[in-house]
Amino acid sequence: MSDEVHARIDAAVKGADVVLFMKGTPLFPQCGFSSRAIAILDHLGVEYATVDVLQDQGVRQGIKSYSDWPTIPQLYVKGEFIGGSDIMMEMYETGELADLISDKGIHTTA
Amino acid sequence: MPMQAEEIETMIRQAIPDAAVEITDLAGDGDHYAARVVSESFRGQSRVAQQRRVYDALGGRMGGVLHALQLTTGVPD
Repeated sequence: MSDEVHARIDAAVKGADVVLFMKGTPLFPQCGFSSRAIAILDHLGVEYATVDVLQDQGVRQGIKSYSDWPTIPQLYVKGEFIGGSDIMMEMYETGELADLISDKGIHTTA
Repeated sequence: MPMQAEEIETMIRQAIPDAAVEITDLAGDGDHYAARVVSESFRGQSRVAQQRRVYDALGGRMGGVLHALQLTTGVPD
């Protein structure tokens, strides 16, 4: 990954408290796993930013080495990699994701 | 070429010998799987670390030839 792509990913990861790298957009997710990740974030009532990796091949490949994680979507909270959609679902079901977000002092409407 | 369920299970068990691996072919098309991997060796590891070990076991196929693998990991009860 080039330094320029790494810097761009790093800026996006740190650009908001909750950031989801996904395929497509929240309104039009292009993959079932991304769609599920969006549904979880919406249920939590948390504000989030998204990055559509389909719009940027450099980011699409680079994000995998950035986090050492081979798949998309990828969730970041306050700059920390949390996991993919399966981990999000498990953490949502156990309440850990809601706890994590409130522990980090992030406002929700839920 | 999609991967066969047995191939996925074999690769995981080669890397994590004590793992109990349960694979479900979600769509019946040999391309959308769910896997549940339970291993004592996961104890004390974060979910991210556990899933990384499974992804490592699949040797780079994840996100490539293996597009859709819903993955959950855990330790024995």
